[in-house]
Amino acid sequence: MGTIIEVDGLTKRYKGASTNAVDAISFRVEAGAFFALLGPNGAGKTTTISMLTTTLAPSAGAARVAGHDLVREAPAVRREVGIIFQKPSLDQNLTGEENVRLHALLYGLYPWRPSYGLMPPAYRGALEGMAGLLGIGEDIFKPVRTYSGGMKRKLEIVRALLHRPKVLFLDEPTAGLDVPTRRTLWDHLAKVRRESSTTVFLTTHYIEEAESADSICIIDRGKIVSLGTPDAVKARLIQHYVDVDAADRTALREDLQRLGLRYVEGRHVRVDLDGMSTHALLKSIDVPLTYVQTHMPSLEDAYLEIVSRADG
Amino acid sequence: MIEASAALAIAQRDFTKLFRDRMRIVTDVVVPVFVFGLLGGMLNFAFGRALGYDFLIFVLTGVFAQSLWQSAAMGMVFLLEDRENDFSQEIFVSPISRYTIVLGKILGESLVAMPQGIAALVFLVLVGLRPSLEQLLALAGATVVICLSGGTFGLLVLGWLPNRRVATQIFGFVMLPQYFLAGVFNPVKDLPAWLDAVARIAPMRYAVDLARNVFYAGRPEAAETVLNPVSTDALVTVAMIVVFLIAGTFLFVRAERNR
Repeated sequence: MGTIIEVDGLTKRYKGASTNAVDAISFRVEAGAFFALLGPNGAGKTTTISMLTTTLAPSAGAARVAGHDLVREAPAVRREVGIIFQKPSLDQNLTGEENVRLHALLYGLYPWRPSYGLMPPAYRGALEGMAGLLGIGEDIFKPVRTYSGGMKRKLEIVRALLHRPKVLFLDEPTAGLDVPTRRTLWDHLAKVRRESSTTVFLTTHYIEEAESADSICIIDRGKIVSLGTPDAVKARLIQHYVDVDAADRTALREDLQRLGLRYVEGRHVRVDLDGMSTHALLKSIDVPLTYVQTHMPSLEDAYLEIVSRADG
Repeated sequence: MIEASAALAIAQRDFTKLFRDRMRIVTDVVVPVFVFGLLGGMLNFAFGRALGYDFLIFVLTGVFAQSLWQSAAMGMVFLLEDRENDFSQEIFVSPISRYTIVLGKILGESLVAMPQGIAALVFLVLVGLRPSLEQLLALAGATVVICLSGGTFGLLVLGWLPNRRVATQIFGFVMLPQYFLAGVFNPVKDLPAWLDAVARIAPMRYAVDLARNVFYAGRPEAAETVLNPVSTDALVTVAMIVVFLIAGTFLFVRAERNR
């Protein structure tokens, strides 16, 4: 499939700031992949998306999106991307349909017509199809200010996908939404990915949304802390250990020393697996154990580990 | 074609919003015409006979141009409002030219200004002015130029300003002196040299004089009320539009991207 996003040393320092909001980050995203950018508040996630969608000029570094240089070919980049911003960017005074129609005209999908009824049948068909699919239906003709948070997000998805972008940027798209609405959105986005191979670039606070990503990038204070598949990130960031104990602590100690394993004694004995499986460890210990507690790290553990390290 | 469609879509958005905001129509259209009509009437009563021409018509022709010019200029502040409520992201992430965005906005605010101009024109007819068909056609052309001049001036000022609050304050500061320098309510034919020099750099002056050139065409009061030949007003205004548009777009886009 090839690389669709290439980022090399991308840096942003805001006017008057003494540190970089994004500090020389580099990564690649494969076409059709689901890429998640994770990080605590102020890590630089939105700044990164703003640069990649050309709404913010980088201070240094370079990036290509869909084969186009971010700075020199900004209009070509914009043609290939769709974005759902962190804060809804809908005009509250217009109806849902009027917001979508404005988007369609800004992207040159159809010629301007003064009203919905005069728009080409292809536009009306596409709008009704997508609105129906997301459960907005007739509400699409109501003023946006009457919409709930979930409906606004659904409308933004309809709008962002209307021009069939190669890359869809989602900046914390489900923040503040209830669970059913989040699920509907993710089901629809999964369908879009399956059917059109759209690359999805996500920033989120919900770790479980990133668990299914093809690759994740964790940033903190503008720098990349970890990058790779969720499993690889977990493997690199989380200490794999097992807590064990025995009635004869001295014999257990001798067993662990014989096996060459590192351990720390506390209330129990925490044994660093160091690549060994839990099963293999337990098999190789001869002394009868009175306590075994395995530790299965999640991506959330990895994420919290990073955040706590950064805060510390 | 794509760019033209996009500009029309941006303009339509502003016009649609105006008609959904009844209070704005009242404050934009009725209030200025009523207030300035009242002011003009009182000034006519006080000075009309001494000046030798109908001062109410003089004021209302000035108000016609000033309201169009100012409405188009002030309307550009909504670009900052869009930035503050995040809507500008949607427009700025689209692939169209930045000039198209700005031109669409100016066109939209010009359309929004139009009801004010029409209201002033109706008031002028009510007080006795009877423009010919040729004058009305010329007025339509002048209206386009006046609105573009105001819109591009607004854009140029906006390019330097960080937010809507500051913009509203600064716009008040740059508009009020121009009412007098442009001669909206007061004759500016025989100003002292230093004041005349200042008045000549007020962009609103040429918009007001362009409108008066049309209204007073063929009338004996023209010698007293019109400042420049129509060609001078048109040339200066068009030159300002070009300079303001290029510089204003550059400044605004730079402020938008280089935060």
